[in-house]
Amino acid sequence: MSETTMNEDLLEHEERKSLESREFGFWVYLMTDAIIFALLFASYVVLSKNSAAGPTSKDVFDLSHTAGETALLLFSSLTFGLATIAMSLGQTGRVVQWLFVTLALGLGFLAMEMIEFSGMIGQGAGPETSGFLSAFFTLVGTHGLHVAFGVIGICVMIGQVLVKGLTIPVRSRLFRLGLFWHFLDIVWIGIFSVVYLPGVM
Amino acid sequence: MLGRLTIEAIPLYSWVAMGGAAVTVCGGLAVFLLITYLRAWKVLWTDWLTSVDHKKIGIMYVVLALVMLVRGFVDALMMRAQQAIALNSEGYLPPEHFEQIFSSHGTIMIFFVAMPFLTGLINIIVPQQIGARDVAFPFLNSVSLWLTAAGAGLVLVSLVVGKFSTAGWTGYPPYSGVEFSPGVGVDYWLWALIVSGVGSTASGINFIVTIVKNRCPGMTYMRMPLFTWTALCISVLIAFAFPALTVVAAQLTLDRTLGFHFFTNGDGGNMMLFANLIWIWGHPEVYILILPAFGIFSEVVATFSRKRLFGYKSLVYATACIAILSFTVWLHHFFTMGSSANVNAVFGIATMIIAVPTGVKIFDWMFTMYRGRIEFHPSMVYTIGFMVTFVIGGVTGVLLALPPADYLMHNSTFLVAHFHNMLIPGALFGYFAGLNYWFPKAFGFKLDAKWGIRSFWFWFIGFYLAFMPLYVLGFMGMSRRMEHYADPNWQPYLIVAALGALCILCGIICIGVQLYVSAKNWGSARDVTGDPWNGRTLDWATSSPPAPYNFAVLPEVRDVDAFHDMKIHGTAYRPPAHYEDIVMPRKSGLGPVIGAMAFVLGFAFVWYIWWLVALSLVLILICIGIRACDDDTDFVMPAAEVARIEAAHLAQITPVDMHDMRDFEPRGAASGTPLAGRA
Repeated sequence: MSETTMNEDLLEHEERKSLESREFGFWVYLMTDAIIFALLFASYVVLSKNSAAGPTSKDVFDLSHTAGETALLLFSSLTFGLATIAMSLGQTGRVVQWLFVTLALGLGFLAMEMIEFSGMIGQGAGPETSGFLSAFFTLVGTHGLHVAFGVIGICVMIGQVLVKGLTIPVRSRLFRLGLFWHFLDIVWIGIFSVVYLPGVM
Repeated sequence: MLGRLTIEAIPLYSWVAMGGAAVTVCGGLAVFLLITYLRAWKVLWTDWLTSVDHKKIGIMYVVLALVMLVRGFVDALMMRAQQAIALNSEGYLPPEHFEQIFSSHGTIMIFFVAMPFLTGLINIIVPQQIGARDVAFPFLNSVSLWLTAAGAGLVLVSLVVGKFSTAGWTGYPPYSGVEFSPGVGVDYWLWALIVSGVGSTASGINFIVTIVKNRCPGMTYMRMPLFTWTALCISVLIAFAFPALTVVAAQLTLDRTLGFHFFTNGDGGNMMLFANLIWIWGHPEVYILILPAFGIFSEVVATFSRKRLFGYKSLVYATACIAILSFTVWLHHFFTMGSSANVNAVFGIATMIIAVPTGVKIFDWMFTMYRGRIEFHPSMVYTIGFMVTFVIGGVTGVLLALPPADYLMHNSTFLVAHFHNMLIPGALFGYFAGLNYWFPKAFGFKLDAKWGIRSFWFWFIGFYLAFMPLYVLGFMGMSRRMEHYADPNWQPYLIVAALGALCILCGIICIGVQLYVSAKNWGSARDVTGDPWNGRTLDWATSSPPAPYNFAVLPEVRDVDAFHDMKIHGTAYRPPAHYEDIVMPRKSGLGPVIGAMAFVLGFAFVWYIWWLVALSLVLILICIGIRACDDDTDFVMPAAEVARIEAAHLAQITPVDMHDMRDFEPRGAASGTPLAGRA
């Protein structure tokens, strides 16, 4: 065996170990992010009734629009799951296809959220109106910002899969991006049940 | 184009502010010229700034902490001088300037002295204590360092361009809101916290993964040195607590910049939300600062008593208990702010309970010293000074934990004396002990002990002179943060406190002299074995300074005192049959670039320069993207190179230098199941 291939074996061995650490580290990171959301939820619950004579949650929430957003995001989680299955089967083409579908659903979610936000701001229910709306826009907006970063991540990973193929580091990155994406799904379910449902009931 | 940044931002309005700005600018210029004169820019960039080696990153953290310590201490001196003379007069500082000084003093000491100091020591030592070659994420480590430095840079720049916050280090709204603090000061404070807070969170994640995943064979959790245990506990605390700081700072920023109503007086804001959120971070933060110092004391006391640490397990459990309890007491920072008696009682009792595991630790350290062969090395002297002084702070803390008593003492100088009594001995003395103890590990030569002892005595006496009068003044009814006062009975105490601050100044100068003298005489104080104090833990098994890979061959651990055990069995210093290739992380310029961009981002936000905000954000995202696509982050150090480095190290060691422990007859088992408190 030549020296370069030996080095490559060693590097690959270390890489596997390091990727294992990265996956564990990513879980820890998701925990810190979960705490950010937990505190934003807490802030929302504290401020949700403080509409300061402005619009209340009943005036601004539209459950059918929210249902559409929810459907898009939940389906995107499903399609990301299908991409992960394709990855474990080594089907590069399928991975890229499902990632494109996920990307489209994610962009659709973001577009619907933009429509919702701009509609509310147009009605005079912007974040500077009251404590309730500040907390609402911050919580839901932070989730939306995460989705936007996830969308950028999906674009980067589509590029990596196309250029590099399903190498070990690419698989690990895709796996971690998947964790992130499913995590955002869980947060959204929290938003749906803590913000929108009680808001219209 | 430049937002609200105009020529008005240059502090031409007062000679004191102008002086501060001039010193900052001249200091920066002097460093720049010195590096240029030494033609050291290239070396600095390639060997240090872009390094991802945990030891170098740790050293840079400690250097940052020491520089900021001087800056934060100048604030303290100015406050003491003002209060010493401001009886029925304005003193020399106008109120607004005095408020900036106490705000920056607190912010700097917590975020840019204590945090980088402890992160630096953990960086240098923890991977070596667990037998690892580096941290889990060396590049992330570099990013953390540069984010912390960017936050420190924002505080320093606020002295030259614009003003700093006048709202104290915790910045309570509504005063810190845009209605009452419309200037840039609070924004500087917020962005310094956000930028450095993200760096700290990343460090926390990094060390959790490092300690969980990178331990060498045989290093079970219950064989980890106490310092590593405290590092693990505070990393968990950082990961749980710092997100709260990020959230609360972001919310206040939104209030101030975009007109949100989280904490405003009207329009549905709720300032109690701020008090709760900041102390959900703030109380664990106190333990984040103190627990690593407890770890250092545990290492030092065992080494310099020549005994196994007494009650290792109880120390581990006490540390974990403190870490958990730290999340159950945050409300004691605002007993007076309208909670019911029952809520106050619950938090008061929880606070008092923390004294129990802390007391366990004090007794463990005392029993370690009992019948030990104590050596009065500076780090040991700091440890003993800590034990004596910290107990006083603990007692006043339990007093403050009683809500009825807190109603009397709240916001008085009694409180100021109490938390300085916790943080100076509890945190800073520990870091100084760590500096004296581990300096040879980082640099290969010992610090001068004489100047170390001198610095201790000045700090110790200065501390008592500066803060015991504040306890008395608190009982006499003096509020904290007073720019001037009318009660002549207070002045003698304030003069004594000012003398105490001068005494501490001598202590800081002694540390400077100690570093200078030691560097000058480094040749005669060299540490050739890597084990200058006959140490017990694995960090002393590496050479001083350690090779880039720390351990040529990963060690096998059989005991809590892993290296002590190796020396007894004669396996220390024994070269292996053959060396292997080692994979090392490549250095990267992206860390300092991301840090610089984060600094620009914060600065642009403070001054509302929106195009620069967008530009720096995009550049940061591009840097992250470049890194995310990079598959070539490691290189292989060939076995021949490892063998050459190791042979050069082993050739230096003569039998005289070695601490030969083979004739050592331990009472009880030296390895396997240890007998607590023996040998």
